[in-house]
Amino acid sequence: MQKYLARRFLLAFVTLLSVSLIIFIMSRVSGDPRHIYLDDYSTQEDWDRMGEVLGLDKPYYEQYGMFLKGAVKGDFGESVREARPVTEVVLERSPATLLLGSVAFSFSILVGVPLGILSAVKRGTWMDQVGKIIALIGQSAPPFWLGIMLMFFFAVQLGMVPPYGKQDWNSIILPAVTLGWYYAAANLRLVRSAMLDVLDSEYIKLARAKGVNSRTIIMKHAFRNALIPPLTFAGVTLGALVTGSLVVETVFAWPGLGRLAIEALFAFDYPLLQGVVITFTLLYVTAAFVVDVLYAYVDPRIRYA
Amino acid sequence: MAADLSGIVIAPPTFGEKVAGIYRKLKRLPVIPVFLLSLVVIAGLFAPVLAPHDPEKGDLRERNIPPAWSSGESEPKTVVERMSINDRATSVTLSDAKKVNPDAQIGDQIDIYTRPAGSTKFLLGTDHLGRDVLSRVIYGARISLLVSIVTLAVGGSIGVTMGLMAGWYGGAMDEFLMRLVDIKLAIPLILIALVLVITLGQSLWIIVTVLCLFIWPRFARQVRGEVLQLKHMDYVSLAKVSGASTARILFIHIFPGTINTLIVVATLQVGIVILLESTLSFLGAGVPPPTPAWGSMVSDGRDKLAGGVWWISTFPGLAIMITVMSLNLFGDWLRDTLDPRLRQLE
Amino acid sequence: MVTTDTRIDTEVVLSVEDLRTHFTTRWGTVKAVDGISFDLRKGETLGIVGESGCGKSVTMLSLMRLIPVPPGQIVSGKIVLDGEDIVPISEQEMAEIRGSKIALIIQDPMTSLNPVFSIGNQVEEAIEIHQDIPKQSIMDRALEVLRKVNIPAAETRVKDYPHQMSGGMRQRVVGAIGISCQPQVLIADEPTTSLDVTIQAQYLKLLKDIQKDSDLSIIFITHDFGIVAKMCDRVAVMYAGRIVEHGSVRDIFNNPSHPYTEALLASVPRMDRVVDRLFSIEGQPPPLHDLPVGCAFADRCPVVMDKCRESYPEIKAVSDGHTAACWKVE
Repeated sequence: MQKYLARRFLLAFVTLLSVSLIIFIMSRVSGDPRHIYLDDYSTQEDWDRMGEVLGLDKPYYEQYGMFLKGAVKGDFGESVREARPVTEVVLERSPATLLLGSVAFSFSILVGVPLGILSAVKRGTWMDQVGKIIALIGQSAPPFWLGIMLMFFFAVQLGMVPPYGKQDWNSIILPAVTLGWYYAAANLRLVRSAMLDVLDSEYIKLARAKGVNSRTIIMKHAFRNALIPPLTFAGVTLGALVTGSLVVETVFAWPGLGRLAIEALFAFDYPLLQGVVITFTLLYVTAAFVVDVLYAYVDPRIRYA
Repeated sequence: MAADLSGIVIAPPTFGEKVAGIYRKLKRLPVIPVFLLSLVVIAGLFAPVLAPHDPEKGDLRERNIPPAWSSGESEPKTVVERMSINDRATSVTLSDAKKVNPDAQIGDQIDIYTRPAGSTKFLLGTDHLGRDVLSRVIYGARISLLVSIVTLAVGGSIGVTMGLMAGWYGGAMDEFLMRLVDIKLAIPLILIALVLVITLGQSLWIIVTVLCLFIWPRFARQVRGEVLQLKHMDYVSLAKVSGASTARILFIHIFPGTINTLIVVATLQVGIVILLESTLSFLGAGVPPPTPAWGSMVSDGRDKLAGGVWWISTFPGLAIMITVMSLNLFGDWLRDTLDPRLRQLE
Repeated sequence: MVTTDTRIDTEVVLSVEDLRTHFTTRWGTVKAVDGISFDLRKGETLGIVGESGCGKSVTMLSLMRLIPVPPGQIVSGKIVLDGEDIVPISEQEMAEIRGSKIALIIQDPMTSLNPVFSIGNQVEEAIEIHQDIPKQSIMDRALEVLRKVNIPAAETRVKDYPHQMSGGMRQRVVGAIGISCQPQVLIADEPTTSLDVTIQAQYLKLLKDIQKDSDLSIIFITHDFGIVAKMCDRVAVMYAGRIVEHGSVRDIFNNPSHPYTEALLASVPRMDRVVDRLFSIEGQPPPLHDLPVGCAFADRCPVVMDKCRESYPEIKAVSDGHTAACWKVE
């Protein structure tokens, strides 16, 4: 167990480090950062002073070291566009993304898992068919388009919810459903197929032979085993929710990190972009670690490995 | 004394039974997905012949025309000689009214279109720049097709090579590659992709390169798993003993054994590539305009929705969904037909 | 070895009469079990033998009422267990009987335990369902049965999960679950196929010992005549969903009366005979959804007669307690 968690922790750490390295390399490849801080009226003196402040006169590995040191302290420099510390901007925008992400994640679990179980238990009935259609749409419709269509019907045509922005409590419904649908579909498929495999297994046969009733079979013996594949997938889900938030926040003008990333990107605001990417990675890595711990809790084969 | 009797009656299937088996599988071929996919491929290949209009040029006078079956909207307005801004909702000038009905007189009530009716000239309507949506959707298939084929060829080859080597050599090489795969799964790749495309420039080749980053690990992982099984096969040992070179063993003896799996993985990955490419286009980091890509077309129509102009976004989005859905269904069928062991490959 | 004759007067615990279990498939009705009858007496061991797909596993599932419905269905017949016909009773009533009066030991020990629960938990569950006793007694009872199947250091191993145990050990746990509620009938479905020979022998001996202690009746479902010779008192040979020959082990081995039984025995390697090559039966069993009018073995039978293809042979007595369904038997 300790070994397993240590391994997972190491992986999280390596991931963060590699992302920071990628980001650093990209920021240097994209050109001299002074071009974005200074304008055409700056003097050579300004240019040199800026170089010293940013450490551009030092070798690259030292610059990367400085970047890492700053990052550990939560210092990503100053946003060009907003003229204030990156950390401040990122912290301001984080809650909206966290809220959207958790609502969407809960949606994907609360819809996907029960529907997956139902589809498996009622295999071949209309319920299974409905599940299949939901899953197929979820896996095939691009989220940005799905979002736009939902917005058109429920906000523009029916006026039931606000089309975009984050105002009332109900403005989160459309973005969360859009973001969660794909993963609800994925969970549905995973739980269904895992459940079918489990229900077909010898140990379920033996449990029935012991005289365990059908309900206990499904809720106790099968459910816990059927949770293992979706939990494995949950790590990926969380990571991809981050990615999805880029698209969904753009569609619904949701004031979170995803939209901030796009704004920073098109404004060539590299310090801000670096901050956002690192934050996203950190969020993901943390969530994935929590999932790994949960996974070990459900599956004794990992706990005692 | 113990003897296993279960093996005594197993006879190989006769030729007739084999043919019947193949026929039974073909009979369950998913006809609709295959048909839709062929439509997409035909649209992509023959876009210049099939498209009724130039996909990149439009007449601004013909902008936002709804699809052919749409009847348009009209409102009754009073014909006046001159009107102020405030009366615009209820009145129309005589000169404008004459364009609709040459006999119009001042004081008449006349139906004026607030939105034109659709025409058969533009079956799926036109966009905000007066370009034919149908033609753009047809040409969009071309971009999606091109991007997926190139990405699949390049990314797939990289992944297969990596997988072959990791599976064959094992050890540190394997460990390194698999950690690379893990890391790939853990970083917000789409964000990195966006940064790359914006920094290095929006060109088809950069987009393909970036998409390759997404798909190689899937191939690598799958092939590695297959190699681990195949490398202990007798015929591989035999080839080894008879002195075949490693490259020869890998490509002549092992690679063919992974082809079934690869076909399935590739089909399912094409769907993912199309979704990713359209996502990049939607976010403004795809093939540069005015080239019609499905993702950027959806994006074009996004802020027109509030005015009731729904067709610009809807049709290209539908095209993406139908293509990806068909690919998924076809891929599922392939998987069940070629290799039922792959069922976990969801 | 005890033969039927000496036990003929003992109490019958399980009596199967004309049992038919059919499956509805897209190819038609599959008659997996089509009219089998047998009795099982107290303390007796019956072997059901046949090739894969002959209906022996479906027989086992039917006795436990574990046939998946649909597509399966027990279409007719009686299964009288301890004086009660269990075919018409409700699923709930059946759940109470499963594990308590009739228990099952499944084929594959590697997959028949739930990976996410400890073995103690899984043994206790069986006891808890059928016996209304306090938690502590349940745990004591679980330990007791685990000791009975010779699990070393049972009190510490109860906390183990299946993946922490060897195959032989898991098989014993499955056995422990089977006997935990002192059933009258224990069905062992090829209980040793995935174990190696020594562990298999140990396990079989263990089952024998338990049987002697508690007067348990056992049905062995197997295709291994070695096990039959070692373990069983009587044998029923199944072919294409029917019992084609039925008798004491001695009768079947010394005087096989159905050509199929003869063929099966001829294909078993024997220590006491030198043969050039093992006999194997030509052809394949007929598809169960499209059985011929006459004897299902006719196409593969070396001594087939015209009559065999016209009607199914009646079950005839060869000697006392030995029957066969073949026109050849006079």
